Amino acid sequence: MDAPGAPAVARLELKGISKSFPGVKANEAVDLILMQGAIHALLGENGAGKSTLVKIVYGVMRADAGEILWNGQAVDIGSPAAARRLGIGLVFQHFSLFESLTVAENIALGMDEKIPMRTLTQRIGEVSARYGLSLDPGRHVHSLSMGERQRVEIVRCLLQNPSLLIMDEPTSVLTPQEADRLFTTLRRLAAEGCTILYISHKLEEIRALCSRATVMRGGRVVADCDPRAQSANSLAETMIGSAMAAPVRADAAEPGARRLAVAGLSLPADDPFGVALQDISFDVRAGEIVGIAGVAGNGQIELLKALSGERRLENGSRAILLDSKPVGDLGPRERRLRGLAFLPEERLGRGAVPEMSLAENSILGGYRCDGLIEGGLIHPDVARRFASDIIDGYRVVARGPQAQAKSLSGGNLQKYMIGREILQRPGVLLAAHPTWGVDAGAAAAIHRALIELARSGSAVLVVSEDLDELFAISDRLAVINRGRLSEARPTREMTVEQAGLLMGGVTGAKEPSGRGRAGHVA
Amino acid sequence: MLLRLEPRGEASRAMIWLTPVLSILLTLTFGAILFAALGFDPLRALAAYFIRPVSTLYGLGELALKATPLAMIGVGLALGFRANVWNIGAEGQFTMGAICGGGVALIFHDTEGFWVLPLMALAGIAGGMAYGAIPALLRTRFNANEILTSLMLTYVATLFLSYLVHGPWRDPKGLNFPETRMFNASAQLPGLLDGTRFNLGAIVALLVVAAGWLLLARGFIGYQIKVVGQAPKAAAFAGFDQNRIVWFSFLVGGGLAGLAGLIEVAGAIGQLHPRISPGYGFTAIIVAFLGRLHPVGILAAALMIALSYLGGEAAQIEMRLPLAITGVFQGVLLFFLLGTDVLIRYRVRFGRPATSRGG
Repeated sequence: MDAPGAPAVARLELKGISKSFPGVKANEAVDLILMQGAIHALLGENGAGKSTLVKIVYGVMRADAGEILWNGQAVDIGSPAAARRLGIGLVFQHFSLFESLTVAENIALGMDEKIPMRTLTQRIGEVSARYGLSLDPGRHVHSLSMGERQRVEIVRCLLQNPSLLIMDEPTSVLTPQEADRLFTTLRRLAAEGCTILYISHKLEEIRALCSRATVMRGGRVVADCDPRAQSANSLAETMIGSAMAAPVRADAAEPGARRLAVAGLSLPADDPFGVALQDISFDVRAGEIVGIAGVAGNGQIELLKALSGERRLENGSRAILLDSKPVGDLGPRERRLRGLAFLPEERLGRGAVPEMSLAENSILGGYRCDGLIEGGLIHPDVARRFASDIIDGYRVVARGPQAQAKSLSGGNLQKYMIGREILQRPGVLLAAHPTWGVDAGAAAAIHRALIELARSGSAVLVVSEDLDELFAISDRLAVINRGRLSEARPTREMTVEQAGLLMGGVTGAKEPSGRGRAGHVA
Repeated sequence: MLLRLEPRGEASRAMIWLTPVLSILLTLTFGAILFAALGFDPLRALAAYFIRPVSTLYGLGELALKATPLAMIGVGLALGFRANVWNIGAEGQFTMGAICGGGVALIFHDTEGFWVLPLMALAGIAGGMAYGAIPALLRTRFNANEILTSLMLTYVATLFLSYLVHGPWRDPKGLNFPETRMFNASAQLPGLLDGTRFNLGAIVALLVVAAGWLLLARGFIGYQIKVVGQAPKAAAFAGFDQNRIVWFSFLVGGGLAGLAGLIEVAGAIGQLHPRISPGYGFTAIIVAFLGRLHPVGILAAALMIALSYLGGEAAQIEMRLPLAITGVFQGVLLFFLLGTDVLIRYRVRFGRPATSRGG
């Protein structure tokens, strides 16, 4: 029963929710009250316990202790289907859509009840018109931009008439313009009485959108406040628990020699849903950080593969010059030996072998180091020392060099990988999404490391979807859109809006009904 | 459900060593029931299976003789399997090694010399390697599935051997039996222990196990093999060439199988005939996995499987157990050995799961 004297019954109330995993208390006595029609932010760093809490509310996991009240009634949410029956909808951060199916087919697959396709198409049309979520039910998902894919997930939720909609990091894949449109939709939903639980670590967004914020740290609720009455800095401090160090960017020294130069790089897509690179040209000089912004799936993966050597250029090896020498036809190993280092966006499975220890993983990117390999044999003690140096130098939280890579949190593994590459003093570092899914403290450390590396005379290329990050650390900025790269311009001469427009290009900011894109030629 | 499996967070170290013991206990229990149900004295049957074969020096020699090819081929295959290179054709590479090495013995049948045996060994290795190179080439050049190509080439090799011993290489004084002449003394492996068939091959197998261990534990190429197998994308990231690993796996696996074939014909048999292998090349696949793709484990698994073969024969002779029953019993042993593996990653729980109520 609800406390007497409360103004209204809360839509959802969590009382003392606790959940432990072996070795970790993910949630500890968490209380949360969501009122009807509120846009409520759940704020916290990675590992603060937000995801666990959401999984408990959505019936994916069961709490060890605590109570869930739905409209004042104690409920037992045993499965996602049960959650949906109550009226809880969840839009995941990573979409679970089948690329080769149409929008309507994807939505039909996600519905609990069977609805004839014609009725469903009609209802998709109604819902998307009502909330300004333009969507063509007949289009195939692979041809949709990230923002459009998110709309599919939202419409799928809305078709079930939810009274609580949970959005998990919804703007991480959107251009600023797409994000604005999403906010309009969310505000309209809230005005109709739908409660929205908005999970994010982007503080400005939360201040613009939410009327209430619950901040979590280390599995506990540490604050409950009105984000509009707070500054972004004070919110960040509550979230991290200490003052946040902004990356200090010393003014760029005179850019030095051209260490990485790409001229007229064109490359056909290597799979049906890939992106062809078209006439890409840019250079990175010693001492500078060049950023490449763009919405995911616009050719970043393909560009990075061409630069790292994982995909060799069959002809035109001169399209990529490393320290003025053509390397386009060389593999990753040869490019590494010439001083190129690469930080891939996938940490487990690509940048590190999950089942191997950190010491073993130090060999993966560091086999060219002195003394590590002699006569075809690995020196385990050298590998162990190298790993401890990384762990100490980059404040990696790990049990030691023998800890398995998969036992580290994302941020710590990322710091480890950055350390592994930087300790080898690369001439050129390619960094893909260096702080993706990393908490704010680790992100700041990574940014500092990248800036220091550049100032010491290396050339750094950062590919990221996070505009804030690129504006914070890069000296020059270019935008990739559908396989084409804009000219790299000094960051201080650009605004976020300009970058956003370039990112949206033809795709993101498009108005109703997306047909007519068939005309694009690769 | 009353009994269910719950995934462990991390693979259990203890279980890696406990499951073989557990599986042997289960096999013994089940075997005893099986034999009793068929009217045989279970204790005597088990003794015939597991103790009689190794109770004599001669028996131990036989055990080493049978385990030698299994361990050598198993180590070679394990290198490939670790890198997700599926060489199923070791039987063919074994046969080709025997043909090439045996061919050298036949060429020099009237020449004595200390160099004959080393030359045969080189020929055996080269034969196995060359035969392994075919699926490697097909895989790296044309992306042909190596499971199919290597398996099919096995039948080509055994038929080729059959052709040779029925035709051009048939012993002129052999009463038309499909077999070659016996190799002369300098083309046969020297016995190391009087009264047994224990020969130099077993020592070679131990060296192969040690080399395999060193390669996987310390070698850079072994490291590359593990990375290619566990995380192919990480291998691409580091610039480890997958095609090179495919070639390496097939050449080493084929070479070791070829050497094992040569050792078999130059040691235990002393000539070529159509049935030089009771399926060593295929059994070695099981051996490799039973040994958890670890050279020392493979050595233990090779001994275990060799014992079960010898025990099967002993039980047939001594207890008049039907052939089919020994086959069933070997199957049971394998079933428990592989089946208990599940305990490494899962733990058994009784009762209903806590999370599937509701709804």
